[in-house]
Amino acid sequence: MATAEEYLRVTGLHAFYGESHILHGMDFSVNRGECVTLLGRNGAGRTTTLKAILGLTGKRTGSIMLNGREVIGWPAHKIAHLGVGYCPEERGIYASLSAEENLMLPPQIASGGVSVDEIYAMFPNLQERRKSQGSRLSGGEQQMLAMARILRTGARLLLLDEISEGLAPVIVQKLGEVIRTLKESGFTIILVEQNFHFAAPLADRMYIVEHGRIVAEIGRDELEQKQALLHEYLGV
Amino acid sequence: MSEIFGIPIQAFMGQLMLGLVNGSFYATLSLGLAVIFGMLNIINFAHGALYMAGAMLAWMGLNYFGIGYWWSLLLAPLGVGLIGIVIERSMLQWLYKLDHLYGLLLTFGLALILEGLFRDLYGVSGLPYSIPEEFAGAYNLGFMFLPKYRAWVILASLLVCFATWFVIEKTPLGAYLRAATENPKLTQAFGINVPLMVMLTYGFGVALAGFAGVLAAPAMQVSPLMGSNLIIVVFAVVVIGGMGSILGSIVTGLGLGMIEGLTKVFYPEASSTVVFIIMAIVLLVRPAGLFGREK
Repeated sequence: MATAEEYLRVTGLHAFYGESHILHGMDFSVNRGECVTLLGRNGAGRTTTLKAILGLTGKRTGSIMLNGREVIGWPAHKIAHLGVGYCPEERGIYASLSAEENLMLPPQIASGGVSVDEIYAMFPNLQERRKSQGSRLSGGEQQMLAMARILRTGARLLLLDEISEGLAPVIVQKLGEVIRTLKESGFTIILVEQNFHFAAPLADRMYIVEHGRIVAEIGRDELEQKQALLHEYLGV
Repeated sequence: MSEIFGIPIQAFMGQLMLGLVNGSFYATLSLGLAVIFGMLNIINFAHGALYMAGAMLAWMGLNYFGIGYWWSLLLAPLGVGLIGIVIERSMLQWLYKLDHLYGLLLTFGLALILEGLFRDLYGVSGLPYSIPEEFAGAYNLGFMFLPKYRAWVILASLLVCFATWFVIEKTPLGAYLRAATENPKLTQAFGINVPLMVMLTYGFGVALAGFAGVLAAPAMQVSPLMGSNLIIVVFAVVVIGGMGSILGSIVTGLGLGMIEGLTKVFYPEASSTVVFIIMAIVLLVRPAGLFGREK
């Protein structure tokens, strides 16, 4: 793949939380408009990979090329302005803000974001609950809000951490549809997923993460032939 | 109707008004402490000293540069805010990840240094600062005389407190502040410069103290010790209202000022301890404070 197409390239990335060494040389890349999944067991380092890209871990070494720039030494608030939106695993809905304030919180970082009207069309529940305090939303509503608020900002690379976790099947299905729509409108997406069956139909490529490094890459058309690999690492 | 509960109405209303004046200072100071604690996780023991610095700056401005009351009301808080920003950048920013105790000790040390400095320069006997001409005299309310300057202190404090509350609770900037208070890392990942906001918050919080200091200058004696006399009560107010609660610190500050004033009427011996008695009771019944949230 030509490098001009690359939105993100991570090379030899090590990351630490205090003394603990979590990532041991991650290498992967994501192309513009692609949906890539990081699969792996709990504690394999997938969430830490997203946080390291965003500058939220402790010490980092290696290289993170984002939109053509080396950002390994950048502070977190500057990285967002290169067009990165983050939906954390714990959803990160602010309890002290209303649903609407949560939605409007992330600053606009580029033009071309999804408008508030479109967001409310996509997630009608959020419009109904917009005056509710963040802490009063249901799990599904919180997840939708966490997704929705990063679509508004004009971010083109979405880092989505375990968005299907702990949600009712009907909501998971809804989120799947949303991601398909986002792909069609050209967003670049990294999905960190535990749920292989949610991720598999959405992803163009999958990386398997184990002990803080990439141990396998599986293309969309290789699913059949690499069944054994998936079984070995993920038990699916 | 010249007596209430056997107390002459003028004495009663006079003390209530004095209590409200004190309460205004409590409210403004504890509001600054609450904002700082919420955002920085720092118990700012230097608050009293910076309140004193506000009054001292007003006095110095008048006596060395001929800067009058109104300009001081603007410039002295700015000066105190600037001192705060220097303190935050050079010292406090390294302590956020540590236990509260470290921030408390550092700011306590700073308070002692600041006070010592001004004591050395100006002694402890107190410096006069006259009431601005506009506020000389009193209003005759029929049942009591209300000195104009006291009315102004109450009005100005209420305005500043309400404006602060409004900005924090009702505006997009306030939403940034609340978000950064609740989850600084995520807020930063959204592209908001949280370290800058923390710095400005500390600057603003201590500027409030400086503002209260200028308000206090004509009402009380300007003295290097004026901060330490007040700060212990203010901390009690913060504990009673609930650490980090904006509205709580305003309401509690005003309320306790009035309770203190009334205690002076009914049982003067207890007037300087009543706040601490209330604090003890509140801690027993609601450890998080009247307006605080349990964690």
